[in-house]
Amino acid sequence: MENSLLSLLIWLPIFSGVLVIFIGNNRANTARWVSVIISILVFMMSLSLYTGFDSSTHLMQFVEKASWISQFNIHYHIGVDGISMPLIILTTFSTILVIMAGWEIITKRCAHYMAAFLMMEGLIIGVFSSLDAILFYAFWEASLIPMLLIIGIWGGDNRVYASIKFFLYTFLGSVFMLVSFIYMYNKGGSFSILDMHNLELILAEQNYIFWAFFMAFAVKVPMFPVHTWLPDAHVQAPTGGSVILAAIMLKMGGYGFFRFSLPITPDASLEFSEIIIVLSLIAIVYIGFVALVQRDMKKLIAYSSISHMGFVTLGVFTLFLAYEPDAIEGALLGLEGAMVQMISHGFISIALFLAVGVLYDRLHSREISTYGGVINSMPKFTGFAVLFAMANAGLPGTSGFVGEFMVILGAIQANIWYGVLAASTLIVGATYTLWMVKRVFWGAVTNPAVTTLKDINARELSILAILAVAVLVMGLYPQPVIELMHASIEYLLHQALTSKL
Amino acid sequence: MNNIIEFDTSSLWIALPEIFLLSAIVVILLLDLFLDKRFKQITYYLTWLSLLITGILAFNLINHPQTIIFGGSFVLDNMASVFKVFMMGATMVAMVYSRHYLRAHSLFRGEYFVLVLLSVLGMMVMISGYSLLTLYLGLEILSLSLYALIAIARERADAIEAALKYFVLGAIASGLLLYGMSMIYGISGSLNISDIASFASNSNLAPRETLIINFGLVFLVIGIAFKLGAVPFHMWVPDVYQGAPTSVTLFISTVPKIAAVAMLVRILVDGLGSMHAYWSDLFMVLSILSIALGSVVALMQTNIKRMLAYSTISHVGFIMLGFVTGTLTGYGAATFYMLVYVLMSLAAFGMIILLNKQGFEVDQISDFKGLSKHAPWFALMMLIIMLSMAGVPPLAGFYSKFFILQQVISAGFITVAVIAVIFAVISAYYYLQIIKSMYFDETDKDITIHASIDMQLVLSINALLILAVGLFPDFWMKLALSLF
Repeated sequence: MENSLLSLLIWLPIFSGVLVIFIGNNRANTARWVSVIISILVFMMSLSLYTGFDSSTHLMQFVEKASWISQFNIHYHIGVDGISMPLIILTTFSTILVIMAGWEIITKRCAHYMAAFLMMEGLIIGVFSSLDAILFYAFWEASLIPMLLIIGIWGGDNRVYASIKFFLYTFLGSVFMLVSFIYMYNKGGSFSILDMHNLELILAEQNYIFWAFFMAFAVKVPMFPVHTWLPDAHVQAPTGGSVILAAIMLKMGGYGFFRFSLPITPDASLEFSEIIIVLSLIAIVYIGFVALVQRDMKKLIAYSSISHMGFVTLGVFTLFLAYEPDAIEGALLGLEGAMVQMISHGFISIALFLAVGVLYDRLHSREISTYGGVINSMPKFTGFAVLFAMANAGLPGTSGFVGEFMVILGAIQANIWYGVLAASTLIVGATYTLWMVKRVFWGAVTNPAVTTLKDINARELSILAILAVAVLVMGLYPQPVIELMHASIEYLLHQALTSKL
Repeated sequence: MNNIIEFDTSSLWIALPEIFLLSAIVVILLLDLFLDKRFKQITYYLTWLSLLITGILAFNLINHPQTIIFGGSFVLDNMASVFKVFMMGATMVAMVYSRHYLRAHSLFRGEYFVLVLLSVLGMMVMISGYSLLTLYLGLEILSLSLYALIAIARERADAIEAALKYFVLGAIASGLLLYGMSMIYGISGSLNISDIASFASNSNLAPRETLIINFGLVFLVIGIAFKLGAVPFHMWVPDVYQGAPTSVTLFISTVPKIAAVAMLVRILVDGLGSMHAYWSDLFMVLSILSIALGSVVALMQTNIKRMLAYSTISHVGFIMLGFVTGTLTGYGAATFYMLVYVLMSLAAFGMIILLNKQGFEVDQISDFKGLSKHAPWFALMMLIIMLSMAGVPPLAGFYSKFFILQQVISAGFITVAVIAVIFAVISAYYYLQIIKSMYFDETDKDITIHASIDMQLVLSINALLILAVGLFPDFWMKLALSLF
């Protein structure tokens, strides 16, 4: 069991998903209970990744390796380091919440809904733990399938358009990644990601591979200007779909930059770092303003996600400018800040989307103008929502602050103007978040339906409470998480700064 | 040159599968004549049985060392045996699907099965043909049976139109092929593939001789491209696929592709492999055009048979891309692609047939609306098939594309690989349309499944095999490679 923990984490949810399909929609309650028990079980097991993890080394742990396609020297090779392990736990954590959040709301084909999320959990854990490029690609693409169905079956009015746009956008991005994997295999004779890290590549090759990777990961993050699928997908997706999309799937893009772009194409990353930084800053500032004018709450949070994910790419690529030989702390700050930001944004986006879901379930509207004075009828809920809004705005003491602060510090070391622009998000972000809070929760009740709202029930309360604890713990004491990833990040920094030329 | 055909009865058993099948055809044809209408099912079972026995006989000849008999006109090697076994399996599956369709549309006749068996015999001759004449003979047995098969729904105008179109265009293609063969024969002085090979690989060919070989080569390539349905020789494909009864479309889109690839290997690889530099450029153009046109034009189709026709054209483009590389691994990749394609195409048309009911013809994409609600299991199977055709891992269709791309990239054609993947993404759109119909749309029509249990079972296994090959592709890749 100790040796096959990762495999279990991948395949248990997938096979349970198949089982839940066979339980069928007619026995929805059984399906719900089985799903939630499985997801809790998987979360418990993923915690033993944390307890058994040795944070003093950058080497891969919990490694499993078996021959899979010997024709191409492809292995079933999985393992985790300090970068992927927190993301896996984030995945198992959010799956529980998603399944609980869909408990009463999903009445249409309930078992299939639960099954889709369980399978997606397994596939995404596969993405984060693959150490073989083709295995990675297989999980990466396969995870699109459940998401496509989730948006398309349980989504809003324009769901078909949104789901197909989502699929084709990401599919187009990733095929170029496949071409570069094959190119590197033909050159180095191995699909192992770790071998690719050490593959000698001249600058021209690195440039092409860098942009191929960029297409795949930037679409996923998503970065400006390839972000246009995200607002559509988020608005149309059911609450659970939005949560997984924002909390986990976007992180797959960020993870890609960590695992592939920096170590495999360090010189190209250096060469193009300014372009990526500019794109990230556009995402942070411009998309922040776009979020300001949204009238749909989900769309607002979707744009705010793009803006916050801009910090991840900013943090990753400022390392090249912030680096000084005798003070690597500046570069480390950016990278670690990006990682912290990914995890924190995971928590906050789950919370915000679930909060919108709570309102949507009651009044079936996401329009900000429908609401107003919600605090009068839902005081408990308002308390949580305001906390999460504050976290989204980056209030110190919440998780939203830590990552952004670290990235901004790194950016200032790189270039004071980058830091200033990035820091402007603290104003813009606060503006759009707090203005939304004002219009939805405070003020006079304009819509009579708002007075009839029932406050959150025990199930909703417990979900939001868990998230509130997570947001505060990450905000007040992020040290354990940072320590966890420190060795891996330091090694990554070393890889990114070692020229392959 | 020794052109005397020595006849040695001891070598007959090399051709045992063909001989058995021919005898079986004669028996079934005669028996069917005297069968009462109530016992027509017997023809079906006998057809199935003879395919099974032929398959077993062919299977026993796997790993038999390469043997050439009948005066150098018939070859038995591993490729021939494996292709034959695979062909028998595919035909057997096709027959299971066909039965459902024929019953639903009152087309159940003995001739149908005899014609299928005859075309299979023709294809076996093509696979084992080792002289241009044998190859042509096999091709004509196949084509003539297919013309008649398409027209078997003789009261349907579009089926007759399809048959006629196929006949006219097929005749032109055969003519071109024959013309190319005559060129090659004229310059090399032999119809025999091995003689042609040794002639063409001769390093001190006169420029005039090279010119004539090239001239013949172009016609051969056109003839083969016609049979495969590659752009710009694809015009017959959409009309025939749409017009023919679905069970015949199912057959045409699968099994003859195996034979066409075999003929391609015999003529261009075994015979004119040394001229690879000349024909690979032609193939490059043909395959890129096929991938592009097949992907783009399919976007606009509402008829699913026509859509799958264009999708076939794009798959054929990928298969031909494997031959561009000019390496044995490349040929293996093309063969692997072909095997996977046959598996997927069988299942896709099988799904269309499954939805057919008494007197109700299914051929629109919209007929799949709401399938996931009424038949969730088969909607899931169709999901697997469509995603596999789109090349999404971990399904078989991904590894076939992957193998081809890997070969194309290692041959240095990175731009071609990029073009191919872009069109693969475009083609994903129309596969998604079917998934959309099944999962996202609602219908008020009754689409319950009325198929017999054997049809449902075989179709499920067929679709799950796509997933299984996708999860464990190693064996099949190695098998395809071992044939070259």
